[in-house]
Amino acid sequence: MLLSQRTGAVTVALVGNPNAGKTSVFNALTGSKQKTGNYPGVTVERVTGKMKVEGTEFLVIDVPGLYSVEPVSVDEQMATNVLRGEGPDVPDLLVYVMDATNIERNLYLFSQIAETDKPAIVALTMTDVLARDKREVDTIKLASMLGVPVVPVVPHKGTGLADLQEAIFRAVDDPDVPSIDLGFPQVVMDAADGLVETFGLSGVELTRKEARCVILEEHCSTYARFREQAELKQAIDDARTAVLGAHAKGKTVDAQARYAWAGRIRREVVADRDTMRRSWSDKLDSWLTHRFFGLAIFLGTMYLVFQSIYTFAKPLMDIIDVGVGWVSDLVGKALAPWPMVESLVVGGILKGVGAVLVFLPQIIILFLFIALLEGTGYLARAAFLMDRLLGWCGLNGRAFIPLLSSFACAVPGIMAARVMPDQRSRLLTALVAPLMSCSARLPVYVLMIGAIVQPKFGQAWAGFALFAMHFVGLAVAIPTVWVLNKGVFKGRRLPFMLELPRYQRPKLRDVWLTVSSRVKVFVKTAGTIIVVMSVAMWALLEFPKGDKAAYAAEYAKLPEVRRQAVTEDNYLAERQREDSALGRFGRSLEPAFRPAGFDWRMTTAILAAFPAREVVVPAIGILFGQGETDGGDAGARQTLQDSMVKATWPDGRPLLTPWSAVAFMIFFALCSQCMATLATITRETGSWKWAAFAFTYMTVLAYVAAVATNFVGTIVSR
Amino acid sequence: MADTLTFDNLKKGMRVRIAGVSEEAPFCGRLMELGLTPDAEFTVIKVAPLGDPVEIDLRGYKLCLRRSECSCLKVALVD
Repeated sequence: MLLSQRTGAVTVALVGNPNAGKTSVFNALTGSKQKTGNYPGVTVERVTGKMKVEGTEFLVIDVPGLYSVEPVSVDEQMATNVLRGEGPDVPDLLVYVMDATNIERNLYLFSQIAETDKPAIVALTMTDVLARDKREVDTIKLASMLGVPVVPVVPHKGTGLADLQEAIFRAVDDPDVPSIDLGFPQVVMDAADGLVETFGLSGVELTRKEARCVILEEHCSTYARFREQAELKQAIDDARTAVLGAHAKGKTVDAQARYAWAGRIRREVVADRDTMRRSWSDKLDSWLTHRFFGLAIFLGTMYLVFQSIYTFAKPLMDIIDVGVGWVSDLVGKALAPWPMVESLVVGGILKGVGAVLVFLPQIIILFLFIALLEGTGYLARAAFLMDRLLGWCGLNGRAFIPLLSSFACAVPGIMAARVMPDQRSRLLTALVAPLMSCSARLPVYVLMIGAIVQPKFGQAWAGFALFAMHFVGLAVAIPTVWVLNKGVFKGRRLPFMLELPRYQRPKLRDVWLTVSSRVKVFVKTAGTIIVVMSVAMWALLEFPKGDKAAYAAEYAKLPEVRRQAVTEDNYLAERQREDSALGRFGRSLEPAFRPAGFDWRMTTAILAAFPAREVVVPAIGILFGQGETDGGDAGARQTLQDSMVKATWPDGRPLLTPWSAVAFMIFFALCSQCMATLATITRETGSWKWAAFAFTYMTVLAYVAAVATNFVGTIVSR
Repeated sequence: MADTLTFDNLKKGMRVRIAGVSEEAPFCGRLMELGLTPDAEFTVIKVAPLGDPVEIDLRGYKLCLRRSECSCLKVALVD
């Protein structure tokens, strides 16, 4: 059928090997008219865009990169589904993006895709890189050998784009289907002919190509069709034995034939590479992957990345805080006549919006770095250098940046996990990234260490404790990955494979698109969840309102000493929180947390901190009768620490012991108390189930570790 | 006859030919799809500072693989 006869936009799928330059071609064709989503139920991203050529609208799909149509990963599975026309997209036309510097392997996949009999165009990328070696591809010869048009494109320079669009437009009325002669060994073709004949006798139509596929490829879809028919299945099995004998497997014959074909074509269309000549990229690489200098430069780069998200983002985050505070004041004043509405808008909605916006500086800075590192080609080197370190427990070198970033904040860290090419690694990384000690945990450590460790054990131990707290998460993450890798993620593992692209100047457009699409995705999906949760938390803490008059009467009856320590306003706030839905919940959960050494106040503070652990210090402030403080001001922190040290159980024992304080910190180090993280996991994995999983395992871990710490510590110190 | 090696023995600068592929091994099919078919030749370009992975030059392109994951490949030195 001519493509022009169909209704609706013509669907064009960009397919090819990973790193062939698909995304650059896609960006150049569609510009900013892109939509990013996920394939249903998996972490594989589905990117589509629109393109208009001479008034005709095209839907363009950036299909995940693949090496073969026999998928070994979920990403390849999704790509194969698109090629087969299964799933949400059914392409009318394939644009096969072929890397001119890597023709043989790119032709291997082309030889498989050619067998789908879909109209295709080859977009030949990296011809500019090839030109630096003074080599070029004979595109006319290549086109005649493949049976489809070949259009050289250099997306970032805009070269060849118009030609490619025109070729796509022409294909609507006059499509070309690949026709290639793979030249399989005679014995294979004879067996295939025999099989066609046998099937014909049983009245079943089988093409020669299907016959060859079914003989050589174990997982050929044609085989599945006839598995139930004993006679035909027998014929297939006989043909397989005839070709392969007892010792070989079809895969070897198939791969060898395809690569032999690819090698023949490559030799026809492009000159051999001079392997003696070292490019400047190779020379640079010998420094950047050097045993000593390579590692030193790497550590320096990572330090810069980490400092940027940890330190440089801070002023921007403060500006956002101030801005949101300013808007909240304005809105608060405007809504003052309606206190309920004011409280909802300021304490619930605006607080949630602020919580979303405050992540943006870190996300923007991290993705700016990632896009730059990826654009230059250094990101692959980072994975190359770090693979050994992360490989043994089931991760790989690409997990380094996501995990490092998570020490500043897990949200950009989890989003950075998308640089990994397979779903298993992405999931593993996203699930353990929240265990890294993020910057929001720091105030808790500072508060607790200052209250207990420093006065009792001195400055040196306080410093050590702070350092050690940052390692708790990492130490727990390693066995966690190991267990998840062995237990939760069954099924086939992928071999680690990595290509070190030539170093190059990053393309600003690609950097901009990477950063802006990340921001858009975060604000839209994670942001919505965060605002809704913020409103829910507000309601749990504000209601019921309690009896103000009764609290005031209680305050009046308090002993003089107590009244000097706590102002009336702070007392009223403390009592209201105590009687709120969350406070009651905290009280009822106190018995569960008592083994960890936490009373109802600490328990309620923990509960209040589930949406965002940042709020734990302000919550502790209110619950210990010192009003809301963020712990940033040293004087206010000291007062709060004093009141915590003086706090007792009803029987007069001191509430905070060194062990219950450490247990509290460990609880915060391990617990999943960040709805932004959970929202991001949901978004990135395409399923709330993984978020629920992360929440459950982390919370259980945190609880068990806190109880164990307090229990063991109390026994030891007795 | 050239010595048969495995990926574990590869050192920087070696030029080798794939002498054998054991098809039952887990990643074997994928490795062949990447071009590591019997009789293909490749050169070891570099080894990561921590000893693994190794980068090879194969069929005109470069690829990094872990030694342990290529245990199904037997290689022989080429002069």
